[in-house]
Amino acid sequence: MKTCASKFVDYMHEYLDGDISREHEQSLKQHLQTCPDCQQHMHELSDTVAFIKSAAHITAPPSFEEQVISRLPKRKNSVGIKRWFRQHPLLMAAALFCLFMSATVLGSFPNDNQFSVTKKPNIVVEGQTVTVPAGEVVKGDIVVKNGDIIIEGEVDGNVTVINGNYMASTAVVTGQVEEIDEMFEWLWFKIKDGFNNLMAVFSNK
Amino acid sequence: MDALVNKRIKQVLKGDQNAYADIVNLYQHKLYQVCFRMLGNKQEAEDIAQEAFIRAYINLHSYDQNRKFSTWLYRIGTNLCIDRIRKKKPDYYLDAEVAGTEGLDMYSQIAADEQSPEAAVEQMELQDRIQYEISRLPDKYRSVIVLKYIEELSLQEISEILDMPLGTVKTRIHRGREALRKQLNNL
Repeated sequence: MKTCASKFVDYMHEYLDGDISREHEQSLKQHLQTCPDCQQHMHELSDTVAFIKSAAHITAPPSFEEQVISRLPKRKNSVGIKRWFRQHPLLMAAALFCLFMSATVLGSFPNDNQFSVTKKPNIVVEGQTVTVPAGEVVKGDIVVKNGDIIIEGEVDGNVTVINGNYMASTAVVTGQVEEIDEMFEWLWFKIKDGFNNLMAVFSNK
Repeated sequence: MDALVNKRIKQVLKGDQNAYADIVNLYQHKLYQVCFRMLGNKQEAEDIAQEAFIRAYINLHSYDQNRKFSTWLYRIGTNLCIDRIRKKKPDYYLDAEVAGTEGLDMYSQIAADEQSPEAAVEQMELQDRIQYEISRLPDKYRSVIVLKYIEELSLQEISEILDMPLGTVKTRIHRGREALRKQLNNL
């Protein structure tokens, strides 16, 4: 049996892998010329490689592509939304900001139908009607929610009526009179109010 | 081709499922062939190759586009094949000696037909014979031999697909060749 150094078998495999060094190749060639056993071994290995390489090409069945596509999972919507969020962080932040802002502003919209009025010492409240009696002077702003206001005297300030009517004949109002019915106007009022407060803070300084 | 594949992959990632059909079309035969040679069964090969394409689709976001797509796909496919081979491995072998007997293996326990197994193998068509010899290889040699000689991939690529060092790939190819040589000589 074989008594040759096992390095020659290693060289044979290096040769078959195509990465044998020049020195190894030389020594393998010389050895094969003198050793019939190794020659036989080399021969068998080459035959083995030729045998396996003669395997026919195999192709996938014709319906393969179609079947893969039909088996693909349907893309979940949440995945798409999540990806969109990840790709547009700035838009996402802006959208969230708008959402919360509108929630706070609209939340203060008087959707409750409760009647309320700014408390003043010299006004008369009857049911849902506020009256500033003739000859009286009310100092400061009046805000009436879900009610009407009748001014017969004088108001030294702004009058705001929300979801109600302003009725005046001989009234003297030194400030502005506003009637607010719609959501949009309410928002606008809020914004103006906020802006005026801001201005007041600055002008007070 | 790589540029086209990367373009299609980007389209798929953007949600265009139809672009994936092109990718399947490009690689279906290669992947199916590996699976068939590894498993030796058309039905299983189709099943596993489809599964590999589906897994690749699901995990496409984790694919590194600077590397070869085929390497990544082969990796998914060969891993699935190896899993399948291990699962269906029988817990007895025909070559194993029957307990309590001397020199009697399972072959001798099978009612002897007119043909010996050796004779049956000798009468096989060449293509059946090739597949038979591949299927007799232990799975760790089978995968490297299939990738090297059926798919004709470079050793470097095989080492990436199987995620093992180049040296290990070489050793396995050497041993695989020796194992095949012995199988062929035994007949």
